[in-house]
Amino acid sequence: MELNGADIVVQFLKDEGVEYVFGYPGGAVLHIYDALFKQEDVKHILVRHEQGATHAADGYARATGKPGVVLVTSGPGATNAITGIATAYMDSIPMVIITGQVVTAYIGSDAFQEVDSVGISRPCVKHNFLVKEASQLASTLKKAFYIASTGRPGPVVVDIPKDITDPSIKVPYEYPKDVSMRSYNPTVKGHPGQVKRAAELILSAKRPMIYSGGGVILSGADKELIDFTQKLGYPITNTLMGLGGYPGTDKQFVGMLGMHGTYEANMAMHDCDVLIAVGARFDDRVTGDVKHFCPHAKIIHIDIDPSSISKNVRVDIPIVGDVKQVLSDLIGEIKSSKTKVDKDALGKWWQQIDEWRGKDCLRYNRDSELIKPQYVIEKLYEITGGDAYVTSDVGQHQMWAAQFYKFKSPYHWINSGGLGTMGFGLPSAIGAKLAHPDADVACVTGEASIQMCIQELSTAMQYMTPVKILSLNNRYMGMVRQWQEFFYESRYSHSYMEALPDFVKLAESYGHVGMRIEKPGDVEGAIREAFAMKDRLVFLDFITDKTENVYPMIAAGKAHNQMHLSSERDLA
Amino acid sequence: MRHIISLIMENESGALSRVAGLFSARGYNIESLTVAPTEDPSLSRMTIVTFGSEEIIEQITKQLNKLVDVVKLADITEGNHIERELMLIKVRATDAQQRSEMKRLTDIFRGRIIDVTDTTYVIELTGTCEKLDAFIEAIDNDNIMETVRSGVSGIARGEKSLGLNTN
Repeated sequence: MELNGADIVVQFLKDEGVEYVFGYPGGAVLHIYDALFKQEDVKHILVRHEQGATHAADGYARATGKPGVVLVTSGPGATNAITGIATAYMDSIPMVIITGQVVTAYIGSDAFQEVDSVGISRPCVKHNFLVKEASQLASTLKKAFYIASTGRPGPVVVDIPKDITDPSIKVPYEYPKDVSMRSYNPTVKGHPGQVKRAAELILSAKRPMIYSGGGVILSGADKELIDFTQKLGYPITNTLMGLGGYPGTDKQFVGMLGMHGTYEANMAMHDCDVLIAVGARFDDRVTGDVKHFCPHAKIIHIDIDPSSISKNVRVDIPIVGDVKQVLSDLIGEIKSSKTKVDKDALGKWWQQIDEWRGKDCLRYNRDSELIKPQYVIEKLYEITGGDAYVTSDVGQHQMWAAQFYKFKSPYHWINSGGLGTMGFGLPSAIGAKLAHPDADVACVTGEASIQMCIQELSTAMQYMTPVKILSLNNRYMGMVRQWQEFFYESRYSHSYMEALPDFVKLAESYGHVGMRIEKPGDVEGAIREAFAMKDRLVFLDFITDKTENVYPMIAAGKAHNQMHLSSERDLA
Repeated sequence: MRHIISLIMENESGALSRVAGLFSARGYNIESLTVAPTEDPSLSRMTIVTFGSEEIIEQITKQLNKLVDVVKLADITEGNHIERELMLIKVRATDAQQRSEMKRLTDIFRGRIIDVTDTTYVIELTGTCEKLDAFIEAIDNDNIMETVRSGVSGIARGEKSLGLNTN
């Protein structure tokens, strides 16, 4: 069949099975928008700012495992999208971003709305393309989806000059079913020798620890991870990105680790003798001081990205491969091995871990007359039965959501872990709600973060995405305030949110429901009421204790056994 | 430690900037970088001279391998290899004594004079970086008008090869 470039883009998206495109029109993509207008298979979600488009597509991707798709115009459309692209890149989220470009003949002439999108996006994409011929559109888009969603996933930008989508130029189109690239072949299967060595080391452990990350979720390896962990009976911790990869309610789960991880998780990391890192990348927020990271442990690292191995921490047994495949191979090796788990040693190890658990490190003051932010999350967890898709922005509320919402399954915890992008929460919640219209979707945010993409309240109204926004309003950029209290002698330099809008009225002005909650006794009722309104977006403005800090805390660059438990309970 | 990394990559626009961008973004050093198409015009061969600890070199090779355009890569300093660099050097050669001195030095270093005017010579010299450095050392600095160096090209000795049909 012969199609023009614009129709090829849309037809390709349809053939690729794309359900939603998140975008914003403009000069360079008008041909494509015209092609979108003529069909109903690919649904377009009009955002209010291109950053919102990327976060919404990202939320959709994180909630489904399928690539999110974005369509923006050249110049400012592309630059506005960059924050969202970088956010997806840092968390390895599959996305394809189509950016319009000025006509080929004008490239390099400083034309209206021209920016070097390929150059600007290069450091924060997995790969990018500039399409030079209409005949290459389909194969380039196919490569983009393939690269975005295989290996270590990531965002791929496809920059399309306006003349390539010219309606008057038709070229043959056929959906490319297969793609092969001589320069890109991710390793999926782990080296059998390494798997064997790893299995022996795992079984010989006296004080083992499993540390799993976002790779488990990206690979869809949760079942294998559960099987692996429960067969061994070993303790497991999740990174911020890995929450939901293992059920947060299970007794073998010792909580999140790292800067705001639990006491038991961090202490177990520090004292373990064999560490099994599964799809995690030894981020500085996890390791703290790398010199004192797991000082007694032999380390096994399973990761699909060879460059993640021994990047921050030297490991003893690296296994490059897809986590799902490697875990199932490991389970096989463990079953057939003559070495058996040392039950006595493991029993003692669990005794020690339970002693650490006894500290009840997430304890907070439940008798306060002010609303404690932790309490709000606890109630959210109870009321949604742990089944909601929870997105968050960045800061204290993000950490409390991670600590107090016990995620049962993957794809449910959606947050910007790597880049730490404020403004992520609301648009990503819209993306998650579109993906799962019948599920509860909550956006846990703060009064500072929510204002960074507040305009998407309008998008949520237009497309009827009734998410629940739980804003923990402490009138501060809470995490900034916390660091200023700890490390800058309480000089709260520009972290106070003055001149806040009336969020209730603001929500109402967009056509949503707004509620302000000021007493602890009203928290539960308000959340129940909000979730009962199935078809309305509800903005819950919780006026919380402004002095509350996130504990436990390991200061940047400190070791896992140097934890602050609370202002009263100091160094552990 | 100094390392020479050879790589084969897709000969596409922007491929060079991906490599250069990777080095600047991650704070790696580049001493020299050369690139040109191979016998297969769809592929380019690049030679990068870099230095760093073993850990850093390991990261550099892994990060380069991760670039979607990179087909194959080797650190040729890991084994026996040959490296060459081309230098063109323009020197002042006015009086007879200067001219004969330049000619003599060029011969000693097995270079060639490839352009002659009343006042200048252009000398072509190929060799290791050390040899080129030594030549510059040997001639009077005041007589050097211009030097152009190509950066290092390297190749493994013997059966080892970075071609697509071999290991």
